Amino acid sequence: MSLGLINIAYLVAAVLFILGLKGLGHPRTAVRGNVLGALGMLIAVVVTLLDKSIVSYEVILAGVVVGSALGALLALKIKMTAMPQMVALLNGFGGGASVLVAGAAYIEVLHGGGAVTAQLTVATGASGLIGAVTFWGSLVAFAKLQEIMSGRSIVFKGQQVLNAFLGLVCVALGAWIVMTPSATWAYWALVAVASVLGVLVTIPVGGADMPVVIALLNSYSGLAATATGFVLNNNVLIIAGSLVGASGIILSQIMCRAMNRSLASVLAGISEGGGSGATADSIYEGRVKSASAEEVAMVFDIARQAVVVPGYGMAVAQAQHAVRDLSNLLESRGVEVTFAIHPVAGRMPGHMNVLLAEANVPYDRLKTMEEANPIFEQTDVVLVIGANDVVNPVAREASGTPISGMPILDVDKARTVVVIKRSLSPGFAGIANPLFAADNTLMFFGDGKKAVLELISALKES
Amino acid sequence: MDMFVMVLTVFVLAIFVGFEVITKVPPILHTPLMSGSNAISGITLIGAILSAGTKLTLLTTVLGFTAVVFATINVVGGFLVTHRMLGMFRKKD
Repeated sequence: MSLGLINIAYLVAAVLFILGLKGLGHPRTAVRGNVLGALGMLIAVVVTLLDKSIVSYEVILAGVVVGSALGALLALKIKMTAMPQMVALLNGFGGGASVLVAGAAYIEVLHGGGAVTAQLTVATGASGLIGAVTFWGSLVAFAKLQEIMSGRSIVFKGQQVLNAFLGLVCVALGAWIVMTPSATWAYWALVAVASVLGVLVTIPVGGADMPVVIALLNSYSGLAATATGFVLNNNVLIIAGSLVGASGIILSQIMCRAMNRSLASVLAGISEGGGSGATADSIYEGRVKSASAEEVAMVFDIARQAVVVPGYGMAVAQAQHAVRDLSNLLESRGVEVTFAIHPVAGRMPGHMNVLLAEANVPYDRLKTMEEANPIFEQTDVVLVIGANDVVNPVAREASGTPISGMPILDVDKARTVVVIKRSLSPGFAGIANPLFAADNTLMFFGDGKKAVLELISALKES
Repeated sequence: MDMFVMVLTVFVLAIFVGFEVITKVPPILHTPLMSGSNAISGITLIGAILSAGTKLTLLTTVLGFTAVVFATINVVGGFLVTHRMLGMFRKKD
């Protein structure tokens, strides 16, 4: 196949990637979009296999078989609640592949006596740096989400200084590669230092900040592919990588805005604003009303409009199917049920939507924060399950708490709020929530799934 | 230099296309967007295939093979899991 034809095929693949992402603009067209993306990938791979420089196919075939088997196994076995870990792992493999491809291509050029341009050396250094940070950062994110290691923020004295120093060492090694292109050791040294850096920049990020870091690593995996595209002078790598890079950056911006935090503070593992608000005792003392399943059922019995607000706790309790059953039961009694989803609910962007979709909740019932906030005032009852900081009214206060200024779901404006929670323990921000002590709030203590099931049987008996 | 300017042009334009397309994806589909775009970033596979297939040195072959495995996990795992997820989004009947 001539080079011209190969490049035309790559162009077709790039167009299919763009159309594929465009298809994700609506749930109706999304499945077709994803298939178009996969088709683009297939075309790109097939024409690459026809390249004249390939002398044997055994190694390629072996790699593709192993990778496909592992990938398919992961994709088909993974639980929807574990999707954040899965995406973290996939990000990592993408970054790792870029490191290896750039390294191999660099050696090939040196070995084959090809032209060593500044573009080649700079791009190789960039691939090694971004790819290694992505690979190790993603492994740490995976370990945290999978609870192999503690999900807490790990910070130590001088961490920022050390990170800055390692960053400088990477730049210096990169410069070394550009100046003395024959020094392949410098590339692997760069990869090693960047690996340490990848671990260090991810360990300070704690639990609820995970959505930001996963989105950011997603972006990095794309940028690593782009850098490798510059190494290989390959347009389809550059285009596909840029699309993914843009996607990850947009998502991490959305997540940061939804938490009213800067990217820098999330990555440093520090919460802004300081202070912890009023103490838990002074807020909760004598004001918290604990309700039984029967009492909560009575509230739902007279409701006409209900909104469910799910949080990460729903995923932990695997309560999404029980919540769906509750919603169907209420619907059958003429209650209008919608779901209000905060952008950072869960451990990755859109996590709650996927869990509810898995439980067969129709997507047109899922409302964004912007859509849901105006309707709370007309809502008879809001059921908060496993969410805490995203419904904490202190966020509306201008300063003085770690979540001040964060946009929240205004559930306290509803007639009655029912909160399903194990205890009054604080959320990720570590502050008390006055919503739990509000006059119109009923606390329904217990495990998310068990509580919803109890509520369902109480409703059926009444 | 000419080559560089050409690929740089492609890069800059692709970033703009990316921003335009991605900002239109609704929050409800953000998880499938991440896994799907992730699969697309597995495009590094084509570079991996070339390194694994040219068999220039033992080192490049080993690097190429490992990269093919990584990238294929990315591509196959990404597209499949996205397909599985998207199949769950359905309209109220």
